[in-house]
Amino acid sequence: MSSGRDEILSNIRRSLGVSGREAPRRAAVDERLKRAAPGIVPQRGDVTGTERIALFRRYAEAVQATVALVAGAADVPLAVAAYLRDQNLPATVRMGDDPRLAAMPWQETALAVAVGPSAGGDLNAVSHAYAGVAETGTLVMVSGHANPTTLNFLPDNHVVVLDARDLVGHYEDVWARLRGVEMPRTVNWITGPSRSADIERTLLLGAHGPRRLHVVVIAGPSAPLTSA
Amino acid sequence: MVAPVTSPSFKANASQALANAQLQSVLSGMREGFAARRREAAGQLPEFEALRDSARDIKHHTLAHLDLYLERYVDTVTASGGQVHFARDAAEARAIITSLCQSLDAKTVTKGKSMIAEEIGLNDHLEQAGIVPVETDLGEYIIQLRHEMPSHIIGPALHLSAKQIEADFRRVHTDLPRDRDLSQPATLLAEARQVLRQRFLAADVGITGANFLIAETGTSVIVTNEGNGDLTQTLPKAHIVLASIEKVVPTLEDCAQLLRVLARSATGQEISVYTTFSTGPRRPDDVDGPGAYHVVLLDNGRSAMLGTSFRDVLSCIRCGACMNHCPIYESIGGHAYGWVYPGPIGAVLTPSLIGVDKAAHLPNASTFCGRCEEVCPVRIPLPKLMRHWREREFERHLTPAATRSGLAFWAFFAKRPRLYRLVTRAAMGMLAYAGRARGRFRRLPFAGGWTEYRDLPAPEGATFQARWRGERGGRA
Amino acid sequence: MPKTSGPRVGLFVTCLVDLMRPSVGFAAVKLLEQAGCRVEVPSQTCCGQPAYNSGDRANARSIAEQMIRTFSGFDYVVAPSGSCAGMIRVHYPELFADDPNWLPKARALAAKTWELTSFLVDVLGVTTVNAEYQGIATYHDACSGLRELGISTQPRRLLASVKGLELVEMTDADTCCGFGGTFAVKYGQISNAIVAQKTRRAVETGASMLLAGDLGCLMNMAGKLSREGHAIAVRHVAEVLAGTTEAPPIGAPKPAEHRS
Repeated sequence: MSSGRDEILSNIRRSLGVSGREAPRRAAVDERLKRAAPGIVPQRGDVTGTERIALFRRYAEAVQATVALVAGAADVPLAVAAYLRDQNLPATVRMGDDPRLAAMPWQETALAVAVGPSAGGDLNAVSHAYAGVAETGTLVMVSGHANPTTLNFLPDNHVVVLDARDLVGHYEDVWARLRGVEMPRTVNWITGPSRSADIERTLLLGAHGPRRLHVVVIAGPSAPLTSA
Repeated sequence: MVAPVTSPSFKANASQALANAQLQSVLSGMREGFAARRREAAGQLPEFEALRDSARDIKHHTLAHLDLYLERYVDTVTASGGQVHFARDAAEARAIITSLCQSLDAKTVTKGKSMIAEEIGLNDHLEQAGIVPVETDLGEYIIQLRHEMPSHIIGPALHLSAKQIEADFRRVHTDLPRDRDLSQPATLLAEARQVLRQRFLAADVGITGANFLIAETGTSVIVTNEGNGDLTQTLPKAHIVLASIEKVVPTLEDCAQLLRVLARSATGQEISVYTTFSTGPRRPDDVDGPGAYHVVLLDNGRSAMLGTSFRDVLSCIRCGACMNHCPIYESIGGHAYGWVYPGPIGAVLTPSLIGVDKAAHLPNASTFCGRCEEVCPVRIPLPKLMRHWREREFERHLTPAATRSGLAFWAFFAKRPRLYRLVTRAAMGMLAYAGRARGRFRRLPFAGGWTEYRDLPAPEGATFQARWRGERGGRA
Repeated sequence: MPKTSGPRVGLFVTCLVDLMRPSVGFAAVKLLEQAGCRVEVPSQTCCGQPAYNSGDRANARSIAEQMIRTFSGFDYVVAPSGSCAGMIRVHYPELFADDPNWLPKARALAAKTWELTSFLVDVLGVTTVNAEYQGIATYHDACSGLRELGISTQPRRLLASVKGLELVEMTDADTCCGFGGTFAVKYGQISNAIVAQKTRRAVETGASMLLAGDLGCLMNMAGKLSREGHAIAVRHVAEVLAGTTEAPPIGAPKPAEHRS
């Protein structure tokens, strides 16, 4: 295999007319990787507070996600139960062992809660987002036992809890947060429920991933509250 | 070359496509949809044009330093527990993947959408090795059932009707009850979802392409709307990423710049539903995810392209905007181009990959209307590159003899203004006389390529230069 | 014709107008002279675009050199075609990019070459014309002019000042008509499919006249419309702006009394 690597790299260098040892080129690459400059960042994400939540909501809803706002983490289980009831879905959920979710009063609801990754048999999952990006109404999920990746894709209905303190304006803000730690195995940006337009360009939800995506935003005590 | 090449019979392919009523009705539906949605998405983002510049600059910078970014990428993948394999050509890439699958004792393999897999003809090869490849992108799954190539890089089965797809499902999904309704896109999707869900859960290896590879972190990035790529790479024992060498970009930030133009250009979405960043295999405290993570990096002539005037082709991020805005593509669809990559990007990429002798038609089948370049998110000068191929063809005498002699005849006069004035004056006089009654010709010798489809307006009579000299002789 | 002290303009009439439709050349002269230009027509042939787009660089270059020699002495060079003006403005510098001797000359010619309507509006500041047409017209944006030279508002602005003329935009006015020079002949069947879309859109508007700024596109669309049996008059935009519509529309017969 390494012969393939050497040959390809030397072909590239021949085409570029370089040896690969030129100090200025190496310095340019090192510098770029070190600086990780953000480039052009859309201004529309430059909003804060309730405006940022409103921007997130606007873009998420534009792609058929639903959004509910609650005041505090303790309000989440009731909001999840209400959502499932409104959608006529069974009162069962699966989630990872995220301590933020574990600390919520699920016992105040009639929900049957299972913990761990999905093997494909679950209708409803609850995950906690690592972040949200207002720019496009995007949820950012990171893999791990706290929020297994399978929960993002196998269940029919995905409920994601987003703490408004984790809601940022732009994608770059997520990278800035992640750069301090080890890059997770998987980072999923999720914007709306799964869809396909492959058959006659007809847009249909729930191609392979969830048919429904519901976001419960913990907006803080001063936020104007709405239900889904 | 495993994927069959029909590019040499482009004209016949196009002719068939134009006569295919079903295809034409699908194409006319596509015609306005994609363009309008892109226009709307671009219009909603004031920074869109600046982002296109940024995207182009990122690609140019990376290509100019590709050797160093690839070295860095290999280091970071390795550090995260993954393995990188370099493949010089299609055969080597197929062999590496097959042997990886065999070493994992794989019986079935799920696949996310990958143009590179099409380019190297991976599925046939896996089947020959006794491994069952299952395409999981809905469109790819449908064309796999039909043993066809994708007709569009982001909508592989857009050339088919629901009725055709129903027939394929009834043929292949043998346990389907006869009374099951499959007449609507929604019921077809439900059927595919159910069948493919079992395949996802049973697969031993998942193979995906990559929209980007990030040197900084050793991350591969896929973009889907269905979530099929994620199920493909998350559930099996191993995830194999198949990508060409030019997919690498420096940083996560650079990737975000490119993502901002990708979906908007492709489908007019603000961003695709799922953008997934994968770095290495399952970690010790993970409860799901693939146990092994391999990346197969394909060259297949690209390292040589870097040193040619076609380097810009390697900036392509495969959004499909060029074909969505191409009057030729909109008339004949993707299959007529005769190989994996259709449309304007295919017209400049295919000659590099399968030889300009076989793909000679593709760069010629353009009106140079310039719409492709106008919408390309990384500003590839597609018409200019098509013209470069025409120059190569002319140099290598691949240009048809009739065209060459016609050009030579015309150029002989064009380079001799006095003779030109004399000859054209006489010729136009005669032509005008012949066409004076109707003002146009329905048929004319040597102009059959024109008059078969439309009338040829007759000239007015005397040429402009002759009349001008007659009226204002002293001042010319 | 008035002798003025205005700019000295070399009219590059283009080979198609020279051969097929001199009326467009005279319309251009009239518009330029009305705007105060001194117009001259040096002996000329073609800009070399057919060779250039067919990959024949050698012939394209020698024809371009001839063009540069012919037109370098004028204050401006104006062509009633976005395609040919675009060839000079955009592609000549590209054609001589590797020739330090010719490149400055190519650039100098490129810098002073204009398509007719954009010269009138953008350079001379013309905003109105003295012309009349009673009826509905629709305008096709020819590709090279639109995308290489940014010609879109200029002809529309001038058309707005034509008395009695109502401009009704067709759907996809800015998409290709399928002409593409030799493409129309080499890939006639595909070209036909594209122009059929274009004529359908033109007919939909209910216009009695279809206009554009490039004779190649006009001949293509006129030929298709007459083959389809539509009676829409097809003209170069300059003819209407100059008010010189005595010649029958493109592809239409001369009125009987003028026939010899």
